[in-house]
Order: sequence, then C-alpha cells, then structure tokens
Amino acid sequence: MHPVLEVIDLKKSFPGVRAVDGISFSIEPGICFGLLGPNGAGKTTTIEIIEGILKEDSGMILYRGEKRGKRFREEVGIQFQSTRLPEYLTVLETLKTFRGLYPGKADMDWIIDVCRLEEILNRDNKKISGGQKQRLLLAMALANNPELIILDEPTTGLDPQARRHLWDIVTGIKNSGRTIILTTHYMEEAEKLCDRIAIMDYGKIIDIDTPDSLLRRHGKGATIYIRTEEPEKFMKALPGRAYIVENGIEVRTDSLNQCIQKISTAGGDLSGMTVRTPNLEDVFLELTGHTLRA
Amino acid sequence: MLKRIIILFINRNREFYRDRSGLGWNILFPFFIIVGFSLIFSQDSRSEYKAGLINTGSIKKEISAQYEQFREIKIIEFVEMDSLDSGLNRLLHHRIDILIDPALGKYWKSTTSPKGFIVEKLLIASGKSSDRSSFLRGSVKGREIPYIEWLFPGVLAMNMMFSALFGVGYTVVRYRKNGVLKRFSVTLLSPFEFLTAQVLSRMFVIFLTTGIVYTACAAIYGFENRGSYASLLLLFLLGSFSMISLALIIASRSSSEEFAGGALNLLSWPMMFLSEVWFSMEGARPWVITLSKFLPLTHLTAGVRKIMNDGATLYEIKAHVIALTVMSVLFMATGSLLFRWQKED
Repeated sequence: MHPVLEVIDLKKSFPGVRAVDGISFSIEPGICFGLLGPNGAGKTTTIEIIEGILKEDSGMILYRGEKRGKRFREEVGIQFQSTRLPEYLTVLETLKTFRGLYPGKADMDWIIDVCRLEEILNRDNKKISGGQKQRLLLAMALANNPELIILDEPTTGLDPQARRHLWDIVTGIKNSGRTIILTTHYMEEAEKLCDRIAIMDYGKIIDIDTPDSLLRRHGKGATIYIRTEEPEKFMKALPGRAYIVENGIEVRTDSLNQCIQKISTAGGDLSGMTVRTPNLEDVFLELTGHTLRA
Repeated sequence: MLKRIIILFINRNREFYRDRSGLGWNILFPFFIIVGFSLIFSQDSRSEYKAGLINTGSIKKEISAQYEQFREIKIIEFVEMDSLDSGLNRLLHHRIDILIDPALGKYWKSTTSPKGFIVEKLLIASGKSSDRSSFLRGSVKGREIPYIEWLFPGVLAMNMMFSALFGVGYTVVRYRKNGVLKRFSVTLLSPFEFLTAQVLSRMFVIFLTTGIVYTACAAIYGFENRGSYASLLLLFLLGSFSMISLALIIASRSSSEEFAGGALNLLSWPMMFLSEVWFSMEGARPWVITLSKFLPLTHLTAGVRKIMNDGATLYEIKAHVIALTVMSVLFMATGSLLFRWQKED
C-alpha cells in the first residue's frame, strides 16, 4: 500500500534564499503528520508546493503513489494560514459554496457538528470571532469529505481557549481516520496532535520521528528552572547547559541530583525551583541551538 | 462545471445585493444624472457650442457682416457639413447646435436643444450690432430627438461601463489580494468557470439595474424606444460583455486595488469623454475621432442611440455590433490568457 503522500528531494528557492533544501518524507494513511519549525523554516513553502500553489524547483511529490492530478484536488482539503472569507455571505452560505464545488461532498450535518458551527450558521462572515473563523476555514477544508487534510498553522493568533477548542476538533477529525498534515510552531500543539513530526529549520528536515522517539533520543535528562536576579552567578557553576530566561535561568542536565546540590551550594533559592521532563521545545533547542520562536 | 458556475453566480449576486451602498449607487447614479440634466435642460451651462456650416463658398450680401461677426465668437466651434441633409440630420441628433447656410442667409436650429437656443440668440445678437437684416430661420423637417432622449442612451451606456469596469475589476483584484482566489484555486474550480461566473453575474446586475433605471426614466420622462427591444437587448449584452471583459484584463494579475483603481480610471475617463455620452465629437481632431472608435463605449452609445432615437435595425448598426463583438472576443481571450489566481511573486 502506498503512503498517502511522498515528498522526494524537494527544493525551492526564492531570490536570495533557499526556502526548501532537498527535503524528503512520506506520510502513512490515518496519521497526523506535523511539520514543526520556527517562522521562516520553510514549512509553509513546503505545504504550498504540496498543495500546488507554488511550483517546486526540483523534486517530486506523489499522492497515493501517483503524480498529483485531479484526484488529488478532489480528495484533499486545505486550510491556508491566512485567508479572508468571501464577503457578504453567511457561514452556512460559505460552507454550501465550497461544498458545491466538489462532486464528492461531506455530509453537511457532520461538518457543522464536527466544527461546532451550529450557533453561527446564519451569522455574516464579517461578524465572527477569530476562533470561529478558524473553525469555518477548517469546515471549508472538510467540504469535499477529504482523505488528506492540510492545515497550515491553524491556531496561529488564537487565544489559548480557542486554540484548545480547535485541537479537540482536529483530534475528532483524526479519529475519523483521515490523514492530516499540520504545520505549527507551537510545541504543545505538535505534541498533542501529531503522530509523527518532521522538525524543519532553514529549509531542511533536521529530524523526523514520532514525538516519543524524538523525546527519547534527544530529550534525555531534565530541565531545571531557578528564579534568580543574578543568573550569571549560576551559569558556570552548574553541570549541563544553562540559558538565561525571564526572571532566572534554565539548566538542561543529565545529573539532576548533582545539579540541585550545586544550586543549593551556590546559594540558589530552591523554593522557586521547578523541574520538568524535556518536551519538544527542548528537543528543538537541542537540535538547532535556538528556540522555536527565535 | 455548470453547477460551479451557478454557485458562484448566485454568491456574487448575493454579495452585490447585500452591499447596499454599491447597489444604491448603481441604481441611483443614472437617476441623478438624468434628473440633474432635466433640471438644467433649459440652462445648459456648457461653454462650447457647435455650428454646422453649408455652402460656405459664397455669402449672401445682406448677412455678410452679421455672419462675419458671428464667426468671430470664440466659444462656438464651426464645422463644415457635406450637405443640407447631412447637416439637418446632425442637428436633429444634437451633434451640432445650429446649422447655417451663409449663401442663402438661412439657419436651422433644434427646438429642444438648450444649446441651440443660446447659439440662435448669439446669431441674432450679432445681427443687431451690425444693424443689418437677420438670417432667415428655416424649418427643420423630420422628427427631432428631444435633447434628454438623446442624452439618455449615453447615460445608460456610461452607467453600464462603470458597473462593468469597477464592479468586476475591483472585485477580482480584492479577491486576489485577500486570498479568496487562492482558496478557490485549490478547489476543482477552473479559471474559466470563475471568470464566466463573474461575467454572468455582472451582466445580470447590469441588466437588472439598467432595467430599473430605464423603466423609471421612461415612466417619469416618457421616453420611448423607437427600435426593437430585442436589438436593444442584444446591444446591451454585447456592450456589457465587452466592458466586463476589458475589466478582466485589468484584473487578470494585479492584487493592488490602487493600481486597479488607477487603470480603471485611465480607461473610464477617456471613454466617458470620447464616446459622445455628453457631447458630440463632431469637429474634433481626426486622431481623437479615430481613437474613439477603439472604445467599446463609443459603439454602445452610438448603437443604442440609433436604436432608441431612430428606430434603427441591427443591420443598420452592424458596424457597431461587429466592433463590439470583435472587442468582446479580443478582451475576453486576453483576460483569460493573462489570468492568474494568485499574486505575482
């Protein structure tokens, strides 16, 4: 059985910048595949080449083992990073419009239910909130009952509550057996939603694996946060890598007990200390040397 | 394919209907023009007048001083006519304001043209100052077109032009700018289907608003169409299609509303002034007249006038029909070839 999507040695340059630098990956059916990276990493360019919006310089993309054609456009649902909605239409009219553009249509009640649009169906597109807009854009992506759904930073700009709301919806879609490609620069989002993650930076894929494997391979040890007004005092004294963060320092160490002992010896305030296991943010830091939001 | 076109057609009409300011303007604008011109009907303030001249080889002795003095009036443009018939025909259609035969010492004027009235006064005033006998006034044979009826087809055509150019041009550019076109591009919708829906929707809007304006003005001012309504409909169809297609060329790639606005103004303003909507091009420089023949509004205005004012058949206005058809095909083909869903990188 062919993967849903195969990307082979994809390259794309813009004047003065190589946006995508020879990346390859494949996506198995029914999973949520995450492209994770900071702004400018090449995620959106990769996605737009897959969608057919941009033309690749070289490389190949196969959908179910074949070059993308009409079948691809019929079976793929797309949510762009930022799209204005058609003006002077209601949510229901917008949905009906996009649903009507395809021969294979998703059940309207299912779309409305899964994207939780019941209460805003008759509202003008201009009068819906940011979270509601993202839900409508997601619903538009589901209009053709797609096998593959591409979501480009679907929660960017949303407040935490709206973001979690959307995560629940994406989880519901994933549970219906559809394949999802998701780009994000939110670690928590990737950890919560993705079955497999490709970490991108400067147009390349640095690593690709399941979240657990990435954490297992790159996220050994623990991260300690110490609240202090004198971070320099601790920087050299502690075992592991230390970073100055807001109101204190963060230390990544494989020797937790030794590290805590040294903090205490150096006069650190243990009452303000937190210890956490590594997350994808730490993995990204480990792999690239800089944070996701940099 | 047809279903997708119908869906977009309905949506675009919904947008137009719900955009109350746009809807109001499209219907009220021609009313304002017609009402405004009917109010100033007897006091046309335009400072340029046109006098047609025939038989200028000789001048009747009794009126020579009066004629010479009249010829010196700067605000009157004098245009040589081929014959009396040609001159009278132009007078009846308000292409000139007065017709003068200096050899016979005779003049003819339209009884409904506000400018004709003023030019006649100027001619008579010239006579008084020279203390010589006045010109004889000739009677115009044939049916005279009331000035407001001459103006009406031009205003209708101009409104169609604005609705076509700005209604389609701006909308497509705005769709491209805000990403709506990009969203459509990843569906099964083809550029042909999208453009066809835009054209059909705008033609529907144009026919609806033109119908309302036509009916209301006909009821208020008693206009009548002396030709066939089928011919009129066909010409409206061709005229609106050609100008919508012209708008699609402007909107084919740009995502800048400022550029689109400038380009659309660059098209609409010359068309408004060179297509005889407001005044005749009689006596204009040859290159200006040639240029005006390349403008769709010229052919739409002239064709509609001939149908409505003179009861012309399609065969009689075949030159305008052919010109509009050729322009429609040319503009639509160019617009379709140039069309891009997205902003140019």
